[in-house]
Parts: sequence; structure tokens; C-alpha cells
Amino acid sequence: MAKLTADTDLCQGYGNCLTTAEDVYDIDDDGKVVLLTETIPETDRARVEAAARSCPVKALGVVDG
Amino acid sequence: MSTVVIVGASVGGVRTAQALRAQGHDGRIVLVGAEPHLPYDKPPLSKQFLAGAWEHDRLALLTAEEAAADGIELRLGVAATGVDPVARTVELAEGTDLGYDTLVIATGATARPSPWAAESGVHVLRTLTDGTGLRAALAEPGPLVVVGGGFIGAEVAATAHAAGREVTVVDPLPAPIARVLGDEVGRLVGDVHRRHGVETRFGIGVRAVSGRVGALDITLTDGTVLPAGTAVVGIGAVPAVEWLADSGLELDNGLVCDEFCRATGHPEIFGVGDVARWFHAGHGEHVRVEHWTNAVEQAACVAHNVVHPEEPVQYRPTEYAWSDQYDWKIQIAGRPNRATGFELAGDPTTDAPRFAALYRDETGRLSAAVTVNWPKLLVAARRLITAGTPYEEGLSVLDKLIAPVSAA
Repeated sequence: MAKLTADTDLCQGYGNCLTTAEDVYDIDDDGKVVLLTETIPETDRARVEAAARSCPVKALGVVDG
Repeated sequence: MSTVVIVGASVGGVRTAQALRAQGHDGRIVLVGAEPHLPYDKPPLSKQFLAGAWEHDRLALLTAEEAAADGIELRLGVAATGVDPVARTVELAEGTDLGYDTLVIATGATARPSPWAAESGVHVLRTLTDGTGLRAALAEPGPLVVVGGGFIGAEVAATAHAAGREVTVVDPLPAPIARVLGDEVGRLVGDVHRRHGVETRFGIGVRAVSGRVGALDITLTDGTVLPAGTAVVGIGAVPAVEWLADSGLELDNGLVCDEFCRATGHPEIFGVGDVARWFHAGHGEHVRVEHWTNAVEQAACVAHNVVHPEEPVQYRPTEYAWSDQYDWKIQIAGRPNRATGFELAGDPTTDAPRFAALYRDETGRLSAAVTVNWPKLLVAARRLITAGTPYEEGLSVLDKLIAPVSAA
């Protein structure tokens, strides 16, 4: 399993992460990212890492769980 | 072992390299960059970096350690000067040739140079070197004149204003962002400068710039002379294809590519980011997009198509861009400038506005959205646009988000 991280202080609500992985990331009324799950299986890691790399302010991470 | 050479080490090139590894490419990846710096990110150059809040290290896109961990060979500080598609080599400025099996062209765009000459004190903003120079210039006293009210010009104006500088923005269009948004919504967004006390001279051009740093004269087409300590010229960018002039590749306002981002007649050569003009199958025409998100999304698509040439995926994104100016977070999805009409939601006139323009096209679909300080609505609209949702149906879905705000 890999663990997801999100820094809501950095998050600016650009929303790119939702385009790539809307099953993992959501956005609240204040425009801040919400994690829909805290861990993902290793088989899903490449896709979610791509979503994390689409964040313009580097607010998202995928780390070893 | 198959070698992918990527020319251009900005976000499009870097993300292509990373996505290639993530997609399972196990051959060589060589990333060539003309600038000597490690790959860095450009959006903060007009905002946090210019303001002095962030230093160079906060801009990093790919550290040397990350490159090594992914097996990405960095060839920085050396420009590519040509391509021989028959021999499958890239010529480097240092005089050597670099062989490739697959070539990814991601050289971006360069700032359109100032057509007006002055001794000194006139800046453009595209690269880290530009940004470093402009940041130093902004520390000097004297008014700032920004020529061009597009994204770069508007952001520089907002940043300089926040730093206490006297700022004037000049643009020949009546509502500069109207190029993207149309006149009416463009005016709403253009008003943000005036609301914050930045002087605007919209609808008027620049005739001449003379003098030197600290003592510039910007002469407008009506004869007005604006004194300035520093001037910034933000009048667009041009795709960086001059190095391909003798390559035989098709060049026409960028590197011309098919719907899979492959250069015309060369399935082993791909274009990514600002330099690429590809056939967008959803729009039925070739488009070129100069925005960060496009470079990232196109990089992912190209990496897939390199690794899975037998199952190529069309690249047909919903356009997306953002701009942070003053206390306005402006987000744009789709193609507002192609719309046939729009409706406004929310209130653009308050001190802390939250509003949206929702556009329809000639096919009756929700085709674009522009939001100010409303990320959740933008995300929802972007999804509906991508799904090709009919306009009225899209509005009824978005109404659920809009209603509580309008009622408040």
C-alpha cells in the first residue's frame, strides 16, 4: 500500500488532480483538496503519482505506506 | 536499448521524462536543456518569485537526485541546434550528435521581444534569468509601466502593486483579457486593476520607449509620455522552432503534429507543450496552447504513445488555465473565445467577489467556464465540458453549487 499526503496550506484549488484521479481527490467549498482515501494499492500508484505531479503547487504526495 | 531524447527541460519535457518511466519505458531517457539551471517551474516567476517570497530552490521541477533515481540523463546548458530525422540524431551546440529512437520536442515558446529599444530598463519575463533581472529592477525606485495586459502583464502588475510600486498597465485592446474571454467578461476581469488602484491605459498603443533604467519615457500613440523606472513588455510568445528550420519537419506556428502528437510524417517524433500545434480531434482543427496544465497533460499522453505505439491515444483535452491577480483567482476551462453566449452567476461587484461565466457554443453544449474565486464550481464545470454536456443540462447541474452562493 502507498499512503497519500495533501498539504491544504499549499493547495490553491487548481483542480488538476481531480481530472486525473477524481476517485481519489475531491475539492471542498473553500477550494481545498480533500483526500477520498488515505491509501492506494501499489497497482494504482503510477496513475495517482501522475495526478500528484499535475499539481502546480506540489501540494500532493504519494509515499511508501 | 531504446533511447528517448527529450529536447526542452521545462515542465513539458520533465513531465514527459517522468511519465515515460512511470509508463514502463526501460531504455535511456536523455533530457536536453539550453539553460544551465536545473529544471524549474515558470508560473511563480510572475508571482511568488518576483515578490521575493520564494527563492530559486522553491521552483525546482526535478532535482539531480530525482533525475538519478528515475534514470533520467540530464544534458543541461547545451542547446539543441538541429535534427536529422533520417539519421535520427539531434545536433547539440557543443558540436556533438545525440542519437535517438524516439524524439520528443518540448522547446516551448520564447517571449516576443520588445519592438521598442531603450538603453536599459526594459524587461521581458519568460525565463529564470529574466525573472531574476526583473526582480532586481523592481527593488529600484520609480514607477513601473507594463506593456501588455495579458496573463503575464497582469500578474506582474499585481505583484509590483502589492510590493508598493506605482504601476500603469498599457494595452491596445479595450479589455485585454478579452482575447481569451470576450469583451464583456474581459471587462469584468480587466476592472480588477482599477479596483486595486493600478492605473490602466486600455485601448491605446505604445509608440516609443526611450531612456535608461530609472529614467525611461514610454510614449503612447496619443502622445502621452509615461515616465518609468522600469518597463515590462508582455506581448506574447513565439514557439521555439527556429532550431528546426533545416530539419524538414513541418513547421507552421509551432511543430505540426497529428492527433496523437506525432510530427507530420514522423511517427517517432512527438511534440509537447507550447511548441506543439497538434490536431485536436474534439475541435476538428490544429491548436497550440501556451499553458502549464496543457504541457503536463500532453506529456502524459505522449509518454503513453511512446511506450504503447500500437495503442496510441488521441490528445483531446479540455483547455484549462488559471491566473492569480491581486485577490482574484481566475480559472478558465474550455474555449470562451469560441462561445456564442454566456450566463453570469454570482456577484462580480463585491469587495471579495465570487462569480462565474458559463458559456455555450453553436452546438448547444456547455463549452467553457470562467470563475473568479470559485474553484469548486470550476472543477464541476470542467467535468461537464469534458463530457460534452448540453448547456441547459449543465446549468441545472451547476445550479446546485450556485444557488447557496446566490442566496447568501
